Amino acid sequence: MTSNKQGYSLVERYLPYLLIAPALGYLLFFIGYPLTQGVLLAFTDQNGHFTLQHVYYLLYSPSSNFWPALEDTLALAAVIIPIQIMLALGFSLMLSANFKGKDMALYILIIPLTISDVAGGLIWYSLLTANGFFNKLFMALGIINQPIQFFGYQFRPMEFIAIVLAEVWRATALVFVIIFAGLQMISREYIEAAEVFGAGTWTKLRHIIFPMLKPSVQTALLIRTLFAFQVFGVVMVLAGRDIPVLAGEAYYEQTILYHYGVAALYALIIAAISVVIGYIYIKMFKAQYLKEVAM
Amino acid sequence: MSTPGETPPIRYYLLRIVFAGIVILSCTWVLLPIIISILYAFSSPQDFYSPKEIIPLHYTLSNIQKLLALGAARATMNSIIVAVMTVIFSFALGLPAGYAFARFAFKGKDSLKLLIIGLRMFPMLVIAIPLVTLYIKLGLNDTLLGVALAHTTMALPFVILITSSIFVSVPIELEEAGYVFGLDRKQTFLRITLPLALPGLTAAAIFTFIMSWNEVFMAAVLTLTNRTLPAFILTSAMAAPDIIKFAASFIMILPALIFVFIARRYLVSMWGITVR
Repeated sequence: MTSNKQGYSLVERYLPYLLIAPALGYLLFFIGYPLTQGVLLAFTDQNGHFTLQHVYYLLYSPSSNFWPALEDTLALAAVIIPIQIMLALGFSLMLSANFKGKDMALYILIIPLTISDVAGGLIWYSLLTANGFFNKLFMALGIINQPIQFFGYQFRPMEFIAIVLAEVWRATALVFVIIFAGLQMISREYIEAAEVFGAGTWTKLRHIIFPMLKPSVQTALLIRTLFAFQVFGVVMVLAGRDIPVLAGEAYYEQTILYHYGVAALYALIIAAISVVIGYIYIKMFKAQYLKEVAM
Repeated sequence: MSTPGETPPIRYYLLRIVFAGIVILSCTWVLLPIIISILYAFSSPQDFYSPKEIIPLHYTLSNIQKLLALGAARATMNSIIVAVMTVIFSFALGLPAGYAFARFAFKGKDSLKLLIIGLRMFPMLVIAIPLVTLYIKLGLNDTLLGVALAHTTMALPFVILITSSIFVSVPIELEEAGYVFGLDRKQTFLRITLPLALPGLTAAAIFTFIMSWNEVFMAAVLTLTNRTLPAFILTSAMAAPDIIKFAASFIMILPALIFVFIARRYLVSMWGITVR
């Protein structure tokens, strides 16, 4: 009986590790191996000797698009993310009020969460192309005489706007979910206390809701920044290489030019940027996570 | 707010009207692009190319049929196969880990969970490029299994965290009752925990399916002939006429719309978990 009980508790003690091991092993292999392989690809030539030729190509070759890609990736992020945060804040405040059809509005606002970047790009293409919805609508209303061209290399600034619209439309839902969850967690008592002291709407927003939303906004900001460096499908669909982005260049070097070393270098750069951003994120919110773990 | 008996000031009604307007505008902002793109996907070419028909009046299935004949039928099938494999693999690996995080106290738990959270934020698309070299050696290049294995890497941290939070939400008292009545851990899990967690797990499975269905970068890098739907759209359908592209976007968003409808109750909390 005693040995039986000990055996049982021994299994119990190692069971969690046994349950986690396969998943962890799989992840470590499928991330660790490609990263190692990626470093090899990026820094060796065909004979396996160390080389910086891929780095030189990436940084200095006239056929490399690295600097424009970095610039456009950052520019897209700089324009898209602030709009998303503002819009998501607005949606969240709107849905914190009680009104008829609130649940319906919530479901509608989160629909884009499940729509892919490729589909999001195509949807906006159907709205903005020369025969698209908006051009036809504005022509019928007499606002414009001929279609506004959004697509093609000579219309790059318009392509940029199209990408911004599509990304704001599609990925704001993600920011919204984070901020809305944060808003739900603010206790009613704080707000009621403020009301007792005669605080108006703006005072409540300024001194209670915004400060308490700060962690959620920071989370949303960092996650969106992380995703910004992976932007790919929507750009490929709406602009191709007219607006180069990091992931797009990695794809192009890999599948069109067969520069595996250069493509691997792009992959490593995206990974490195993300790890730095992720590190900041974990550092800032570690305490919060551990609380959730205990939950 | 006005108290009963008191006539609300006109400003109150004005505010309500403005508020309703904002709500309607927000919902229109999300819904209009979807509705328009679906209408255009079924528009007759004449209506689409006529500058006067803002909303098409004649509808046809020919855009969808042409798209499917171009190779989208096979690509759609491939996407479904890859997504189903991804769900099976990531649940086979992730569900036990999720259960362990939810129901055991063990040394190193916090660090392991933090590691999973960290890995979830890793940009998985970058593994695709070096994976090609490995896949060529293993004969996995341009195979659906290869794509599914890569998608499993992407989905696994999410599956662990989501299933863990689902198991946490199953009342532990019910499991304890199972132990009291002489069930062992395995029986308790199969007869009590799993059935109670099933709705949440189903939603999580659909979520994983959509994640794989939507993924384009890895699929495009790892396949050449066996394209999944998004990879097919990116490499082939972009050269097709516009209305064929709209048909492609319709097929892409269809499972997503069904998912929102079925799992809407779980959607906010699930995304809450995945992005926290």
